Amino acid sequence: MNTTRDPLPAGDGRDEAAEQARILQEPQGAETAPADGLAPSHAAAPKPAPEPASEPITVPRVSPHPYATERAVEQAKKEARLGARRETLLYLDGVNKTFDGFKAINNLSLVVQRGEMRAIIGPNGAGKTTMMDIITGKTRPDSGDVFFAGDVDLTKHDEASIASMGIGRKFQKPTVFEGLTVEKNLRLSLAGSRSVFEALLHKRSGEENDRVEEILHTTRMVDKRHRLAADLSHGQKQWLEIGMLLAQDPELLLVDEPVAGMTDAETEETARLLREIAEKHSVVVVEHDMHFVRALGVKVTCLHEGTVLSEGTLDHVSSDPRVIEVYLGR
Amino acid sequence: MIIRYLGARVWILVAALVAAAILVPLANLALPANHPLHVPSYLVPLIGKYVCYAMLALALDLVWGHLGILSLGHGAFFALGGYAMGMYLMRQIGARGVYGNPELPDFMVFLNWQELPWYWYGFDQFWFAALMVMVVPGLLGFVFGYFAFRSRVTGVYLSIITQAMTYALLLAFFRNDMGFGGNNGLTDFKDILGYPIQADTTRAALFAASCIALALAVLCVGAIIRSKLGDLMIAVRDAESRTRFIGWRPEYVKLFAFTLSAVMAGIAGALYVPQVGIINPGEFAPVNSIEIVVWAAVGGRGTLLGPVIGALLVNYGKSVFTGLAPEYWLFVLGGLFVVVTIFLPRGIVGTIDHGWDALKARRRAKNREKGESEGTGNDPNLAASPAE
Repeated sequence: MNTTRDPLPAGDGRDEAAEQARILQEPQGAETAPADGLAPSHAAAPKPAPEPASEPITVPRVSPHPYATERAVEQAKKEARLGARRETLLYLDGVNKTFDGFKAINNLSLVVQRGEMRAIIGPNGAGKTTMMDIITGKTRPDSGDVFFAGDVDLTKHDEASIASMGIGRKFQKPTVFEGLTVEKNLRLSLAGSRSVFEALLHKRSGEENDRVEEILHTTRMVDKRHRLAADLSHGQKQWLEIGMLLAQDPELLLVDEPVAGMTDAETEETARLLREIAEKHSVVVVEHDMHFVRALGVKVTCLHEGTVLSEGTLDHVSSDPRVIEVYLGR
Repeated sequence: MIIRYLGARVWILVAALVAAAILVPLANLALPANHPLHVPSYLVPLIGKYVCYAMLALALDLVWGHLGILSLGHGAFFALGGYAMGMYLMRQIGARGVYGNPELPDFMVFLNWQELPWYWYGFDQFWFAALMVMVVPGLLGFVFGYFAFRSRVTGVYLSIITQAMTYALLLAFFRNDMGFGGNNGLTDFKDILGYPIQADTTRAALFAASCIALALAVLCVGAIIRSKLGDLMIAVRDAESRTRFIGWRPEYVKLFAFTLSAVMAGIAGALYVPQVGIINPGEFAPVNSIEIVVWAAVGGRGTLLGPVIGALLVNYGKSVFTGLAPEYWLFVLGGLFVVVTIFLPRGIVGTIDHGWDALKARRRAKNREKGESEGTGNDPNLAASPAE
């Protein structure tokens, strides 16, 4: 975990950068997992950032106009600050959230790379759902940084704009539009304009139809397209919801307990579906079911009491004595 | 193709309304009084009143049936539209009032007012009044909705504040110094667009106008619920937070529908006032707004046809019943709501639809069974979905 906080670019010794450095280098990771659990590519990727960032600052004269120069310097500073976050899709640092005195999220730091699939495990009350709420804008953190795609501060946006930026979310309890058919559920989720008036005047396009067909196939729902979502089984609703996420085509999918209440066969099928999705999207899966997490075969983060307890492969995490103590051993 | 687009039901209803707009005035004006098909003159404004109520119920159903906003304050929009029309009709009286003041309505002369308040300016022009009929309720709906939906007030809380809104307006319009005639409201109308308001021909024309307005409202609502926005409204009704997490802003959807609904209610009120000849603060009474909900519930909410049928039936029942035993009407109304909620939760039209769908599904299942034995069943690849 420590390694995700990279040293700051050397080139800029200015105020914000110093401030940033202070935040980034706070000695908070002392009790966290050893670094050997991390994927090496992950640790190495953000390192080269300093070189390009340091250049423009030493060359202040960009244009004869002083304002343009000032703008360029600002931009360069911003780039420099970005350094550590640039390669990441989701970047949480020192996030805290307290509900009526209960610390739901306690100094949580988490980094998800572009194209990565991450499983998050943890006992009840570990803060998994609250973390999703914070990322999707439902809950505002008390303190800490939440950045998406490098420089988008998610704490400054609401659910709808975060969803439009490309973060999709599947709820723990399958939430679909019960009064609409499967197909209409997907059509409403398709990426595109979200204006009320355009919805009123909307005409179906061939491209849209193709996309809906494709998703119906991926989620194996072709023969149920005209059924009301209310008439679907629990597992089918879960898939419809995943299908809606696919239609939305987000960069990052947050999936909360996708296999809760599913049969073994359905669980396996869902793992297959998620792996297929992960080929094109970044995915964060929260799950209790260890077989399912094993079937996914991805890097695992274990949360406990709102903070990261351990991170690495499933074998690494499940052999961590503290994880065994709080979670697996019980 | 356009028939397919909106569904046959919408067009049947529209055709029926257009037919009524032509035939009822004809039967009233052209047929001699002893003809069996003659419509007596007292019935024309009475049915016209029901048609206005039907439009009001349709407006409420747009937000309740399709969007899940149980508004208990739609009577306020109806009454505001009515007041805007009433103000025009008051200005039309001119010097023919009791006090003979060409400028001021009688109640202002009575209160010793010297000049017309600023908000009465322009109401001597029909076009201005017609505009205000839509603008005033629409604006109130927009402002109210903006704050309520942005703050994510939903469910019972929203119902309560809509009720509070209409009650506040009731109290405000009761005050004499508001300048809307206080307790007595606006009445003693003489002309509309230069035609005497009591004349059979004028009443027939108003009846026809009400039917046409309702037909247009049905087309408008029908087009909305068939559009993608209509699906989105259902989606907001069923799972509001889900719509948010796929990027929609449910507050805008609600704001659009609520404002449109308020405008429709205002138009219904404006057509209602010249037919009944009076508008007073009683129209703001909370119980009126609750009655609208009963109409929509009895007919079947979210069915388009339901609210129209519900409003016509319940109001016909009300006319009959208040003739027989006026003091019991409120008990009957309350009882009706309870009975419908328990035994007919989908309303009349909703229950018929549901039964019809169930019948179709059963027939389809039977056909499929037959088909499968003949080897023309579903594609086995599709049927082998892992969920089965």
